Amino acid sequence: MSESQLQEIAQDLIGRAMKSGATAADVIAREGDEFSATVRMGQIENLKEAASKILGLRLFKGVRSANSYSSDFSPSSLARIVERTLAMAGATSDDPANGLAESEMLGQFPGDLGLYFQDVMEIPVERRIAMARQAEEAALAFDPRIRNSEGATFEASSGTQAYASSQGFAGSYRSSYCGFSVVPVALDSASGGMQRDYWYSAARQASGLETPESVGKRAAQRALRKLGGRKVPTSRVPVIFDAETARSLLGHIFEAVRGDAIYRSASFLAGKLHEGVAGENITVMDDGLRPSGFGSRPFDDEGVPPAVTAVIEKGVLRNYLLNTYTARKLNLRTTGNASRGVAGPPGVGPKNFYLQPGAHSPEEIIRSVKNGFYVTELIGFGVNIVTGDYSRGASGMWIENGELAYPVEEVTIAGNLPEMLRNVAMVGSDLEFRSPLAAPTLLVEGLTVAGV
Amino acid sequence: MKPPVNPNAPFFSEQYGITPHDLEKYLAAALSEGGDYADLYFEHTTTSSILIDESLVKTASEGISMGCGVRVVAGEQTGYAYTDDLAPERILKAAGIAARIASGPARVSSVGLSEIEPSHNFYPVALPPTDRDLLDKLELARRADRAARAYHPGIQQVRVTYGDQIRHVQIAASDGRIVADFQPLVRLSVYAIAQRDGTRQSGSSGGGGRVGLEFFQGENSPEHHAREAARQAMVQLDAKDAPAGEMEVVLAPGWPGILLHEAIGHGLEADFNRKQISAFSGRIGQRVASEQCTVVDDGTIPSRRGSINVDDEGAPTQKTVLIENGILKGYLQDRLSSSLMKTPGTGNGRRESYEHIPMPRMTNTYMLAGQDSPEDIIRSVKHGLYAVYFGGGQVDITSGKFVFSASEAYLIEDGKITAPVKGATLIGDGPTVLTRVTAVGNDLKLDPGIGTCGKDGQSVPVGVGIPTIKISRLTVGGTAPRAATSFM
Repeated sequence: MSESQLQEIAQDLIGRAMKSGATAADVIAREGDEFSATVRMGQIENLKEAASKILGLRLFKGVRSANSYSSDFSPSSLARIVERTLAMAGATSDDPANGLAESEMLGQFPGDLGLYFQDVMEIPVERRIAMARQAEEAALAFDPRIRNSEGATFEASSGTQAYASSQGFAGSYRSSYCGFSVVPVALDSASGGMQRDYWYSAARQASGLETPESVGKRAAQRALRKLGGRKVPTSRVPVIFDAETARSLLGHIFEAVRGDAIYRSASFLAGKLHEGVAGENITVMDDGLRPSGFGSRPFDDEGVPPAVTAVIEKGVLRNYLLNTYTARKLNLRTTGNASRGVAGPPGVGPKNFYLQPGAHSPEEIIRSVKNGFYVTELIGFGVNIVTGDYSRGASGMWIENGELAYPVEEVTIAGNLPEMLRNVAMVGSDLEFRSPLAAPTLLVEGLTVAGV
Repeated sequence: MKPPVNPNAPFFSEQYGITPHDLEKYLAAALSEGGDYADLYFEHTTTSSILIDESLVKTASEGISMGCGVRVVAGEQTGYAYTDDLAPERILKAAGIAARIASGPARVSSVGLSEIEPSHNFYPVALPPTDRDLLDKLELARRADRAARAYHPGIQQVRVTYGDQIRHVQIAASDGRIVADFQPLVRLSVYAIAQRDGTRQSGSSGGGGRVGLEFFQGENSPEHHAREAARQAMVQLDAKDAPAGEMEVVLAPGWPGILLHEAIGHGLEADFNRKQISAFSGRIGQRVASEQCTVVDDGTIPSRRGSINVDDEGAPTQKTVLIENGILKGYLQDRLSSSLMKTPGTGNGRRESYEHIPMPRMTNTYMLAGQDSPEDIIRSVKHGLYAVYFGGGQVDITSGKFVFSASEAYLIEDGKITAPVKGATLIGDGPTVLTRVTAVGNDLKLDPGIGTCGKDGQSVPVGVGIPTIKISRLTVGGTAPRAATSFM
């Protein structure tokens, strides 16, 4: 299906909704192809390939709204969707903040954001499988203690998204994605203990991928450095988050500044606009204009064009991330962060959401710590955005006199996010955009490591 | 009153004209390039949901998702394709794509299929919630909203979500079987925020199962969940910092059974074990828990969220003993793993939808009741933690390390439950934690119907349960060290 065909389907559905008595409506329609190949111990394990499509209708009766979705684009299905959604809308409540984006907010990014590259779906299948195989081979060859693997996977996908609304907005864009990952398993023959870790590469175009050899090697190194992990005594020490784990902290900051949480006071950052909420070394940006960024789009899921939003600027909370509804609830303007699955109304999603890098290399940061914990993996969901309370399982390396001394596992790190934001002692220079969220290495003080 | 929908009712033939002859044709196409086994997974899922927030019905939504997944297995290899369009040419195309995993001549020229009559129905719901009037569902959600706000003036925010679905599935396999099921599912959840003197705290409660709306009464009523969520939020306002370090931990019955799901459940899924990457690999017959521990996975418990009549490969579900008096007995199998490990299947092959490849998953995972009284268990603890409710958990099945995060917990001091403490993550080692279970209560409870398990990007509904149990030593991830030690 072409972009214009998908857009026409969306517009046609808007027309049906309006003819049937809706006062406003908008439609998201998506269509895409996916491919994945998993290789294990050199053999193909899984090969999966398919195409799919789906659309979601939101319609309004005044300030009431309801939603429906379907993968059936036939006329009878669309007629039924309109009828059902109108009936549901009648049963919802009047909500004064409800409605489409204001007309003057609508628009599309005028240029090419570099979201779609033909070369992704043109990579021959043999080459896709080979990339996964080569990454696993490199991991297995790296060290005799790597003798097993959970496998290596290559994925490629491309898709089209169309959005139309009864205000007359109609737009569509294509995007592509490819990536591969490998999960080697390291074995400590003496103890029989096993550890696994992973590494990956992802890009919007095939030429943006790292080499399978480098990814396999790094995955092997990460698995090996976990072997022989021990539990440490409980203490309060400086904790360094490597770039991958620091990214999870950005995730919590995002959850704390999204409009849905703010208007409900369900965030430790609610009611704190223009206050100092972090140290001066903390600047967090949400960049919707980053070329080929994983979080970039020419318009959000309400037809609002992207922008660059300063969320925290030198420690001061400058902006929440908002869609139309949450902006109205807060008497602010949308920041173009509407994000919608087909099953419901728009929520708030990040664009390219990152912490600005500092001046210190990760090695320098490690060297600065006399006794502390370098975290390379976090597990669990013990983060309460309402209170900022933070408690997660961790593994990594203990630091003694500025050096990584021995692996640590089966411990937790705990603290409170508002305090953590104020206690970032050093910000690393190693910022890389490997996903919509990104952060450099961070040194945080005041956390409790719980072990024995 | 309408009779319950027969799980084996011919939904796909009536609605889409798909006959056994068609199924045979599709399977033959799937095996046209060789392969040992092929199956077709037809799915039609209708969902509806409601959100009440700020006492407004903000969202009502519904939708239909349907399609067919075609799988071909050749040795240890799986080819998979799916289509959301049930037209013959689309299914044949998907079959052709999946067939490419094998690369030889067709070994099977035709498949003779016969329908397997269901021997049981664990969820004979006369009127599935999805078919009920929207106003009936709204009434349940509104009752929850009212009751949570009425609980205490300190309750500032209440959010109620209601969701239901009906899934029709039909599985046709190259071993000659056609199996069908009709799977209702419903869930009501309440989330409350309490505020006092500028401090805010949250609480939540919910439940449901493969039941009708009449389920939501008594201790499953909207009022019960609303009061629970509000009570939790109010209690947390007084919570002190949680302790940090190892201590005795007592778990309340029910949802804290997430301990089993994370500590041993995933580690006993057969795919990890046949690949020898689980901390439990090669350990059948060894001691992995104290003698008081017997843990089962049971997909046959009536009406439960985690139960299924047949798994998503069409195999009957069963009660599988995983650990018996502390000894590891077996793994959770799907078809591929059980054939590669040359061991009987257990009916645990599940998939999130027709878009996904099945793999071993849990159903309802729980520990059998013991002899001890819960009161005696608490009394036996000099200094420890009593954890009553949890958020979620996670595990690394290779290292065996797992976590689950307490959202309501109290100190136990000299055998008495004292101060509430803030949520903290508990961390342990799967193969050893159950060896430290030193008391098992007589009060087994299953969770109220709120569990969703994620693995490899696929979510499935599950259940958990335990009686009150005491673990002699577990690390509590708080911020208040018992013996304050800090190195600068």
